[in-house]
Amino acid sequence: MTNVNSLGWKILRGFAWAGLAFLVLPMLIAVPVSLTPKRYLSMPTGEVSFHHYINLFSSTEWMSSIGQSTIIAGFSALIATVLGTLCAIGLWRISSKASEVIRGILLLPLIIPPIISAMAFYRIWVKLGLLDSYSGMIIAHAILAVPMVLITVSASLANFDLRLEQASCNLGASIGTTLLRVVLPSIKPGIWAGAIFAFILSWDEIVVALFIAKFRIMTLPRRMWDGIRENTDPTVAASAVVLVLVTIIALTIYTIMTNHVRLHGADNTGKE
Amino acid sequence: MAPLFCLIIVLYAWPVINILWLGFSDPELGVQNYKLLFTKSSLVKILWTTIRVCFITTLFSVVIGYLIAYAMVHLVGRERNWMLTLLLISFWVSVLVRAFSWLTLLGRNGLVNAVLLGSGLAEEPISMIRNEFGVLIGMVHYMVPYAVLPLFANMQGIDHRVMDASRSLGAGPLLTFVRIYLPLTKPGVIASSLLVFIISLGFYVTPALLGGGRVLMVAEYVSVQILVTVQWGVAAMLATLLLSGVLALLYIMSRFMRISEVFVARP
Repeated sequence: MTNVNSLGWKILRGFAWAGLAFLVLPMLIAVPVSLTPKRYLSMPTGEVSFHHYINLFSSTEWMSSIGQSTIIAGFSALIATVLGTLCAIGLWRISSKASEVIRGILLLPLIIPPIISAMAFYRIWVKLGLLDSYSGMIIAHAILAVPMVLITVSASLANFDLRLEQASCNLGASIGTTLLRVVLPSIKPGIWAGAIFAFILSWDEIVVALFIAKFRIMTLPRRMWDGIRENTDPTVAASAVVLVLVTIIALTIYTIMTNHVRLHGADNTGKE
Repeated sequence: MAPLFCLIIVLYAWPVINILWLGFSDPELGVQNYKLLFTKSSLVKILWTTIRVCFITTLFSVVIGYLIAYAMVHLVGRERNWMLTLLLISFWVSVLVRAFSWLTLLGRNGLVNAVLLGSGLAEEPISMIRNEFGVLIGMVHYMVPYAVLPLFANMQGIDHRVMDASRSLGAGPLLTFVRIYLPLTKPGVIASSLLVFIISLGFYVTPALLGGGRVLMVAEYVSVQILVTVQWGVAAMLATLLLSGVLALLYIMSRFMRISEVFVARP
């Protein structure tokens, strides 16, 4: 059945490509729609126009959304990365039964359906006065992103040779110096991966944003949500293209920074 | 580590537990919210819709995912790298952009209807969104990459000499596949089905946008209860059911694979 020339295999390979085409091609529709010269959602016939992009980048509303999303994603990724990395190192050093339980609790935000997280944040943010604020969004997204960092950094740590740390300590370096000069540099790919995943998570997060952002905070996905519901303005298509472009840029940075071939499956970060 | 732990407990775990508690305490202490499950037929209908949609989504996602994973495992070089790249991209594209794309493609004046009408295959526009069909397309589209992951990992671990042995002992390709390969990939199929089912259960964006309010699933109903009718008790009760289902399935799944392996790729 691994016979490359058999008919069955050729058909199967065709189906696999058809499956991938089903995954990727529909998402490209936003590109032509965003270039339509008309004022409603349509395919451009003949001429193309950048009108909707100009509209997007000159509209104070859309621009403020893009700005807010960037700030929120940047800060929440920063917080999640710092906390997640420290925590991963801590759990790694004390690895015991208790640390497995703690790890389980810390992974909760990833497992609990977003709608339930959104309810929880909504209720407590009302009490804390964090509703519809930058800090509210940043903290919520940071909490949701921490498990990503924890997982990627832990995966890097699992490959880290403990003897390096011992060597460093034996040669007289303090624990702090060892962490900074020996451990951190060698888990850099995991930290970068975590940071970028955390950024993307916040950048296109919508469910929690629907609950805890309203007027003052209107992230890009939040504004797109409203636009999609109205389903008339092609500016939404342009914003969709921008949203995806930023994601692809982040993924490219991730590929360069971690500098390793993606998705070899067998490695213990699973996906990359 | 300690500060993060406190942060998660105080700002996340505790609020979540509070939500679950609300199911028993809002508007008053008792199990009245749970009694609604037996008296209010609309609630039962929502749960049933959720399970049906999740089940069909899982079926299609795993079948398509199996094909893709199988091809990827058996391919080498460039073609395989291309498949991986495309899969990765589709994995990370925002769920909003996907929903928008399907709305544009499948809408009354969308591309698909234009082609169908233009080629004479349809007399009048076919409604493919604001119904279960639209929701299913959108959900399968989102879930296939998730389905591929566990299958791919599982298939990579299979020793292909076993299949060669089967062939050399006289079994045909089909028999070898059904009797040898399929059973060997069973853990992957189970893990992948559970994963897709679990994520589908709590899905909000796709049903809400592509269902247009006509395909009400649990997550959307919960949000309506909170943001529109402000009935926290009912919402919390449904959230509790949802979470119990997710955790029970996760427990089963954890016996087939390491859960953290899957979630690293995409929240």
